[in-house]
Amino acid sequence: METPLKRTPLFDAHVKAGARMVPFGGWEMPVQYTGIIEEHRTVRRAVGLFDVSHMGEFEVEGHRALEVLQRLTTNDVAALAIGQVQYSVFCRPDGGIVDDLTIYRLDAERYMLTVNASNIDKDWAHVTGAAPPGPEARWTNMSETTGLVAVQGPRAEALVGRLADTDVTALGYYRVARGKVAGVPTLISRTGYTGEDGFELYAPAGETPRLWAALLDAGRTDGVVPVGLGARDTLRLEMKYALYGNDIDETTNPLEAGLGWVVKPAKGDFIGREALERIRAAGPARRLVGLEMADRSVARHGYPVVKDGAAIGIVTSGTYGPSVERAIAMAYVATAHAAVGTELGVEIRGQAKAARVVKTPFHPSRVKKG
Amino acid sequence: MANVPADLRYTREHEWARREGTRVRVGITAFAQEQLGDVVFVELPKIGAAATASKPFGVVESVKAVSDLFAPVSGKVVEINAELAQKPETVNADPYGKGWMIVLEPSSAAEWDALLTAAEYETLIAQAGH
Repeated sequence: METPLKRTPLFDAHVKAGARMVPFGGWEMPVQYTGIIEEHRTVRRAVGLFDVSHMGEFEVEGHRALEVLQRLTTNDVAALAIGQVQYSVFCRPDGGIVDDLTIYRLDAERYMLTVNASNIDKDWAHVTGAAPPGPEARWTNMSETTGLVAVQGPRAEALVGRLADTDVTALGYYRVARGKVAGVPTLISRTGYTGEDGFELYAPAGETPRLWAALLDAGRTDGVVPVGLGARDTLRLEMKYALYGNDIDETTNPLEAGLGWVVKPAKGDFIGREALERIRAAGPARRLVGLEMADRSVARHGYPVVKDGAAIGIVTSGTYGPSVERAIAMAYVATAHAAVGTELGVEIRGQAKAARVVKTPFHPSRVKKG
Repeated sequence: MANVPADLRYTREHEWARREGTRVRVGITAFAQEQLGDVVFVELPKIGAAATASKPFGVVESVKAVSDLFAPVSGKVVEINAELAQKPETVNADPYGKGWMIVLEPSSAAEWDALLTAAEYETLIAQAGH
């Protein structure tokens, strides 16, 4: 039986705005409003609004919350000050990635975890299974009651600043503050998935439509537009940010995915530590690299990567990059062929199309420094 | 409602065909380019290649997806729109004009009559739209 698609609190606003709605990870989401390339360029040039309310939010609180998170995630949660945010992954004992996530330290003994929409149920079972709810580490699933709006682009600070009751200019990258935006109580997080400066605003689900409307209205002078999942994908791909289910999953490990910087064995034991230590010592057999295509044909998920007629890898994501104005891709390739400058081929409709391993991000990051 | 010129014929796969003397010019419809979204690459056959009715003659890539292009009639490819290599977005901007793809010299006159009329194509996309 087919499960009905879920809708975010902004569903009606998207339909009213003429968005094209598509199924995505069990949700009915806007893929585009006017066009992917135009929306992409508006985010790089001005500012765009993204409905990412489908993402999941869990909270864990108690005097053993830190200990539980240290065991569940690979990064060092003890390094987080109150008001700080951290990118991390959950791993399986064999090092495979259960999900990637951000961890927010909201209070001395209270943390919020933001997980991928398609993994909410799996992650909930994973976190509560590894650490059953109890008074020392109480888990709450806030996914249904939390809306999330990303405001991304060089004009994001001006726009959010105009509506916020706190000074958002002082908020550093991967920092979070409480405040009201357009009168709506929000968690204001200086994070994003585009490579531009910007914010992710967590708000009560019921008040998210009011927040969205206020941002669109106040942002008119900034050239704000709503942006769909199509441009969200091209924007993140130009930054080589991994997308769960495409570039990373339970059969890939963080070391080969280029996420070794969030694997911190020195912090103590965690699920997957032993396996990851072994892989790190031996060196990953393959690496997630950035590819640039010689012509405009698009390498897509699952296409083979070849060298001298032999398959040496597989494409995980690919698109036309509207800012780099080229066809770009991410692919796992055998470590011997992973060096920048290596000439490879991507098999597209039976033909090996020329591709080259290039430095990433494909497009320079402009996230807030410090 | 998408633009469907009355003087063209159509395939069920959303190509249009225009008779120009003995030849047939081919492209994709306004409805097709709308559904595809931003076109970023068009792969066309070489001049002189043979095309077969209802079989792929090329490929159109949008940001999100790749789709085959189907020949409305059989015949020899006598012209291709080389400008699409540099400006694939022309397919979105002007699908029935500068966004044309190939010109065929048909090998059979009968296939033309099997193509959809504008009215038939309008009915098809009205159903596809829901």
